[in-house]
Amino acid sequence: MTYTKRADGRRFDEMRPIEAKVGVIKRADGSAFFRIGNTSAYAAVYGPRNLHPRFLQDPQKGILRCNYNMMPFSGTGERVKPGGNRRSKEISLVTQMALLPVLNLDEYPNSVVDVFIELPQTEAGSRCAGICAASMALADAGLIMNDLVTAISVGKVDDKLVVDLDSSEESYDGIVTDLPVAILPNLNKITLMQMDGQITKEELRKVLKMAQEACKTIYEIQKSALKERYVIEDA
Amino acid sequence: MKMHKELREHIIKLLEKGLRLDGRKSLQYRSPIVIKKGIIKTAEGSAHVSIGDTEVLAGVKLEVSEPYPDTPDEGGIMVGAELLPLSNPEFELGPPGIQAIELARVIDRGIRESKAIDLKALCIKEGEKAWTVIIDICPINDNGNLFDASALAVISALMDTRFPKYENEKIDYKVKTDKKLPVNVLPIAVTVIKLGNSFLVDPDTEEENVIDARLTVSTKEDGTICSLQKGGETPFTFEEIDKIVDIAIEKSAELRQHILGNR
Repeated sequence: MTYTKRADGRRFDEMRPIEAKVGVIKRADGSAFFRIGNTSAYAAVYGPRNLHPRFLQDPQKGILRCNYNMMPFSGTGERVKPGGNRRSKEISLVTQMALLPVLNLDEYPNSVVDVFIELPQTEAGSRCAGICAASMALADAGLIMNDLVTAISVGKVDDKLVVDLDSSEESYDGIVTDLPVAILPNLNKITLMQMDGQITKEELRKVLKMAQEACKTIYEIQKSALKERYVIEDA
Repeated sequence: MKMHKELREHIIKLLEKGLRLDGRKSLQYRSPIVIKKGIIKTAEGSAHVSIGDTEVLAGVKLEVSEPYPDTPDEGGIMVGAELLPLSNPEFELGPPGIQAIELARVIDRGIRESKAIDLKALCIKEGEKAWTVIIDICPINDNGNLFDASALAVISALMDTRFPKYENEKIDYKVKTDKKLPVNVLPIAVTVIKLGNSFLVDPDTEEENVIDARLTVSTKEDGTICSLQKGGETPFTFEEIDKIVDIAIEKSAELRQHILGNR
């Protein structure tokens, strides 16, 4: 059995429909919403603000703290127990590492920038959606950034290289490789890379090229969402 | 909240003239009130409610479990609330604190005591299997009055709930049936705030920080009260309770229109 056609009719290098919005949470210093297919993510940024407990403070620079959380009703199957688990802790960590390279927190000693990512609904690709939302929220918060961060999951289903796996592909009965990456679109650097499954060196090179192309599209969507937020209307 | 003394005095003075900081009357909700149902595909039922800038998501999951021995022919309800640090700079990560627990329990009582859901209709096999309705409240933006917004979101999410396919003792969450959760009564929570000698509804964050006392009153369509919760340090007189209940019943009729208009 080979994988010849995607369940939802997409091309192998085609992403699910994307929607992005900036400034969706009024009380936050920066916020954004990012949806790709049936996966959606809210991100809120608070800070730079005082960091407690004090032993966590760094007198040289500010620190970035990320928290990824699935809402209890956001999973495809049973209710997700609130309070996080090993998976959400790991994703929080890799998200932090994915975002940190674009920030310069030297100006904010002893402070923290908090990034809260909440997923109301997930169907594959949630860490990447979270990173895309968080990156826009950081920009919305007015933090100095070298670049935005874009993220997409690529991989392999049977012998086909694919962009943006959906849940039917993740649970495909056969060979599946899932490889989420975060790419800085202007600096052309990779800040998140994980993989479940197997892949050859050549395939990896090819699939990363596909990710790079997809991320260019995401970058344009993020940029226009940010611009929309700061439209100056004529009087 | 020690810093708010002057703001508090200012708000009280305004209220005595029938005014509020954002230009509302004392017994006026923020507008618009918007209810969007069925927005979360992974939930069996969901609703997004906004009252002014306050935004709350509620989602319903259905599970099958063994009924409690004392009610073998009934299913169950569970309400959880998490005050997400995403929604308010003062909320912190961690297990639900006292505020979140109070919110969840007040909403739970409104649903449970009004008999909004026929628990007997949730029974699959007496003594062995029954549906449990798990409702979770997630504020997206807390700009005050999470109680009333959450109650609206929860009852709307319940009205939106449909059973998933259940066959051979297994739930297939990917397939929703046409069978709706039987919601018979629409309890509405109205929280009335006492501040100085004045009463108000739908406080925003600034008002919430300086209140004397609050009373959350849930009522059914016929005006019967189905849950009460007093909060805040200041006591109420008997006359004040009378007045608050009148306000709550009047306002609940107004809020109920938003739900009915959305059916």
